[in-house]
Amino acid sequence: MIAPVQDAVRFDTVTEVTWTQIVNASGLSEAELTELVQYGALVPRDPSAAPLTFESRWLIVARTASRLRRDFDLDAHGVSVVLSYVERIESLEKELRTLRAQLG
Amino acid sequence: MKYKDYYGILGVKREASAEDIKTAYRKLARKYHPDVSKEKDAEEKFKEVSEAYETLKDAEKRAAYDQLGTHREGQEFRPPPDWGQQFGQGGMGGRHFEDIDLSDLFAGLAGARGRAPGGGARGNRPMAGSDYEAVVRIAFDQAFHGTEVDLELSALEWDPDGGVRRVPHRVRTRIPRGVANGEKLRVPGKGGKGANGGPDGDLYLDIEVADHPLYRVSGNDLYVDLPLAPWEAVLGTSVDLPTPAGTVTLKVPAGTRAGQQLRLSGRGMTRGSAAAGHLYALVRIEVPSVVDDTHKDLYKKLAETSNFDPRAHFVKETSR
Repeated sequence: MIAPVQDAVRFDTVTEVTWTQIVNASGLSEAELTELVQYGALVPRDPSAAPLTFESRWLIVARTASRLRRDFDLDAHGVSVVLSYVERIESLEKELRTLRAQLG
Repeated sequence: MKYKDYYGILGVKREASAEDIKTAYRKLARKYHPDVSKEKDAEEKFKEVSEAYETLKDAEKRAAYDQLGTHREGQEFRPPPDWGQQFGQGGMGGRHFEDIDLSDLFAGLAGARGRAPGGGARGNRPMAGSDYEAVVRIAFDQAFHGTEVDLELSALEWDPDGGVRRVPHRVRTRIPRGVANGEKLRVPGKGGKGANGGPDGDLYLDIEVADHPLYRVSGNDLYVDLPLAPWEAVLGTSVDLPTPAGTVTLKVPAGTRAGQQLRLSGRGMTRGSAAAGHLYALVRIEVPSVVDDTHKDLYKKLAETSNFDPRAHFVKETSR
């Protein structure tokens, strides 16, 4: 039997995800996620809204945070610091790819 | 099922304290984490270390692990018949263990805590299914146009009595056009089955796009080298340029210089509803490696008659 085709969806700045989706997808506790929001490691659409909502790209950041917490046994503050370095590395890698593409 | 010596993997004694176990794990995580380690087989070693820590850091799981007894690393064994019952998982009698490993056994035990009636805080409450992850390797053309892929995963499944087994999990999914190397995608509802009416988990895809021999990707833009003969660059020409969407005729203006980028608007990657990126043809001036006498004479004539000085700025810049 041929399985039905299911669309794979992107993480972007348009699609909205709920707080519950972030909690379920990350595997982090609500308290840990709240701390990450307080440290600025996760940025909700409207910080004063309740419940919070996010651009779907933050779901990947939340999953990375969960992996960092588990792999390095870090607390939320440690995770937020490492996330800022991860973001910087990704930005530099992107710049490097662009320069390599232009240089040939 | 093969036995794994979790204490040995972390390098601690069986009677080690929780603090000793944590310290040992942190040391090994720093040494073998694939993001930071240059050690050989770091990823494999890190998996072993994190699997051991996942079990030994949890007092209940550690007690269950200790109840398995002591065996040699890699030795075939079976859990005792009553193992797992106290954690809400059914007894082990009559179960098959050939298709699961020790980490699956403990994943089953963790699942049993949430699923079995009265088995922990979650009881009969709805439980979302686990999320799965898979790496999907596609060719550049598949990334450019979008594609469909069939994935064959191996997933853990819980029996109604709390036992666990591995089952094939097949997913056919459509990858959108313009996907980038390293991008992550989500296939909603294609992870593990939820329990007690909880939603199914999602499948997360890590996309790896193979390099193309011609095109280089930068965001939504593409770059391709455009080799020109010296006379083509000087006089101008028309070139049949291959693009991912088909060959186009590119007009190269007279006086084109090496390193110049000729833009083909909208011929790059298309992502979602955003405007397509551009294709840049990067000019390279190639000279023939073998020149016969006739052509050598033509070059000599050109050298004698031309007053072009490509290094004129040397004089200007050094006489300041």
